[in-house]
Amino acid sequence: MIPGKDGARFFGHGLPYADVRDLKGTLITLEGTDGVGRTTQVALLKEWLEVQGYGVIETGWTRSELMSETIGAAKAGHNLNQLTFSLLYATDFADRLEKIILPALRSGFVVLADRYVFTAFARSVVRGADPVWIRSVFGFALVPDLTLYLKTDADTLVRRVLGSRGIDYWESGMDMHLGTDLFESFRKYQWRLIRQYNRMAREFGFVTVDATLGVDEIQARIRRRVQALLDDRRMQVLSTSLDTIRPLLFEAEEDEVAAPVSAPRSADEAPARAASGPSQD
Amino acid sequence: MSQNAGREFGYSVGFIPYGKRMANGRPALRRGRLIVVEGIDGSGKSTQIKLLHKWLQARGHQVVFTEWNSSDLVRQATKRGKKKNLLTPTTFSLLHATDFADRLTYRIIPYLKSGITVLADRYIYTAFARDSARGVDPRWARDLYSFAVKPDAAFYFRVPIDVAVDRILGSRAKIKFYEAGMDLGLSPDPVESFRMFQGRVIEEYDRITEEFGFRVIDGTRSIDSQQQQVRSIVARLYNETGLAEAS
Repeated sequence: MIPGKDGARFFGHGLPYADVRDLKGTLITLEGTDGVGRTTQVALLKEWLEVQGYGVIETGWTRSELMSETIGAAKAGHNLNQLTFSLLYATDFADRLEKIILPALRSGFVVLADRYVFTAFARSVVRGADPVWIRSVFGFALVPDLTLYLKTDADTLVRRVLGSRGIDYWESGMDMHLGTDLFESFRKYQWRLIRQYNRMAREFGFVTVDATLGVDEIQARIRRRVQALLDDRRMQVLSTSLDTIRPLLFEAEEDEVAAPVSAPRSADEAPARAASGPSQD
Repeated sequence: MSQNAGREFGYSVGFIPYGKRMANGRPALRRGRLIVVEGIDGSGKSTQIKLLHKWLQARGHQVVFTEWNSSDLVRQATKRGKKKNLLTPTTFSLLHATDFADRLTYRIIPYLKSGITVLADRYIYTAFARDSARGVDPRWARDLYSFAVKPDAAFYFRVPIDVAVDRILGSRAKIKFYEAGMDLGLSPDPVESFRMFQGRVIEEYDRITEEFGFRVIDGTRSIDSQQQQVRSIVARLYNETGLAEAS
């Protein structure tokens, strides 16, 4: 991971043209494989945060204005290969990052992402993509403040999914021809995905939550983590604003203006180009 | 071009050392030639590739043609994105990469494997030049396209910006929004914006000419003399690489 300029951190080369200097909000992502209960937990967390007075924006996988229809049609028509599969996800994600996540973070919202780049990493890698390549494709993505990983095992997952909504073609990796029947394919595919998530948990420092527990217990554990993070953020904001007013309090006799002048970040970054990023609201 | 340029490819072997290969992309013997043309709008590259196409067919070669941004997969999204001006430099870039990946898989690789010549009007260098001009990180764009096949020849038709502007205004009266880089807010006047944006694209092409070994053709010369130059290079390409299998 490369820490990005201006305090924001990206997975790779970032978004050079976008203004990411003052992201006041907090980005929290929930990860885990299909049917593990992520969406239920996101909804409960959102409710709890809003009751406390936080502004919350939720964003979900393949829900972008630009791409959701195209991805739906491509999946229905089964005319995807491993490259286009990964790249459609990346396009959807970029659209949501720039149009939803970044503006919300600039305005100080808590952004809850139901799945994040890690889903793309897992699904692409089990389909044969180079792990280094897929990570570089998502190099423009912000590193979240917290990633909660709902961990389960393939056998528990199968029982859970069969008991609720049934098995789906893509969630079974049927495009990969892993087994003769849907059940076998689902189990093998999910086992591979879970293995990827477990590896990434170490690589990216996920906070792992046991997803075989009851819904309420999972939510209680999630809330403890989120509370700790938000308390930390509040302390950071406090100390930053203290830094800002300290010169005014103690060096008032000096005539110089305390506000720092922001110089152009690099030689090739013309003001016109810097101004072309999404507008700050 | 390097010693065994384009002799083998998997999903990505073509761009080693820039890229990393897809983990299961096995190198396969490649028999067809991949020839691409590059240059800004109004540089004359499309005219030249059509003439080359005719000539290769007349010489008895099987040839297919593929064009930038022409796959069905993302057509709807691209169209809507452009119409509503929804695109950011990154989504613009990724949509084009998706289009390219789709065409590479269905319209380029199978033909090359079967020994058919593929002519491409614009290739990944278009993305490198435009995306850099829009402000995305050039290193990111190279990583993104590292699955691409390296062409046997990449012709770059170089024209001064004024020549391109005159040609476009002389033929089709309207300059398109994204071609003019209007999304960057360089100028409210489309012609002026086109001039500024495509000027940047020319700079990017010039910057990467050496890196990718472009065959630079002076696009201000007469159409037939440019075509003669292109044909003599292509003829050599067939003689050089068509005789024996490289090790």
